[in-house]
Amino acid sequence: MRSIWRTLDRRGLADIGLTCLAVFFIGLSYGAIAVASGFPLWVPAVLSVLVLAGASEFLFIGIVAAGGSPIAAALAGLLVNSRHLPYGLALPPGVTGRRWGRLLGTHVMNDESVVFALAQPELPAKRAAYWACGLGVLACWPGGAVLGALIGSVVHDTNAFGLDAMFPAVILALIVKDLRDARTRRAALVGAAIALATTPFLPAGLPVLLALAAVVVTL
Amino acid sequence: MREPTTLVVAGLAILAAGTYAARLSGQLLRARITFPPRAAKLLEAAAVIMLAALVATTALTEGHGFSGLARPAGVLVAGVLAWRKAPFLVVVLAAAAVTALLRVLGVS
Repeated sequence: MRSIWRTLDRRGLADIGLTCLAVFFIGLSYGAIAVASGFPLWVPAVLSVLVLAGASEFLFIGIVAAGGSPIAAALAGLLVNSRHLPYGLALPPGVTGRRWGRLLGTHVMNDESVVFALAQPELPAKRAAYWACGLGVLACWPGGAVLGALIGSVVHDTNAFGLDAMFPAVILALIVKDLRDARTRRAALVGAAIALATTPFLPAGLPVLLALAAVVVTL
Repeated sequence: MREPTTLVVAGLAILAAGTYAARLSGQLLRARITFPPRAAKLLEAAAVIMLAALVATTALTEGHGFSGLARPAGVLVAGVLAWRKAPFLVVVLAAAAVTALLRVLGVS
């Protein structure tokens, strides 16, 4: 741990800190939404520790809350999390740790820790940034989720506070940088149209999977 | 939660184990094969497309029907703010505030 503080400069640590704070706030809305959808506290709590990948957890909660099968919800979440495979390919060997350390280092791989690692020039700094952000998210995401679930179970009509608009806004904010690419944006719009058009007729979760057909637009 | 707890636990275990496998397999592959960058890009685009579809359906629909105007209006404002690079917290709070305000004004 101490080498992290020596290797990263103040600016780098501040950026990682702010990112973890944002993750904490998404965690709050995630926990509140989960209990508002009828889940007991342990579901978002266990998901946030063991899965540790926000978008897929929102998706899992959303599909099951809408009456979809938890197995189908898990498969949809895995599809979203398949991006961690190219993340692993993109990281230079050694960043996630060696031997036993790599068991935890693998678990803390997420969008944020990978972005911070790739932004650093040298291996020691990459490793420090990856671990600082990864461990920060490991603390802030479940912490936010549990606190949010506790708040959400006190507040009954979360819709009155517009909390139901937070989830799509969070996901939109996370993908907006990808949507600046014109080709990706076109494909995303086609995918969204497919999902919207099929929602009235299909079981929950399937429209989002069908949207994958729009991947041909990027070819 | 209408689903039986055992099924939810099974789904949770599949999601957790599969996600760990995805995190691990990329690192293991890296040492062994050369992955075409095109394929990696395609995987990434697929994730973005699915997330965009998720935004559209959760913003505009409830069950199999229309969600009402308040929620998509809030998400639209958030989208414009995010596009203009507003801070993350501002984006998310704006979505909730606009939606809540519209409901106070009687727009569902």
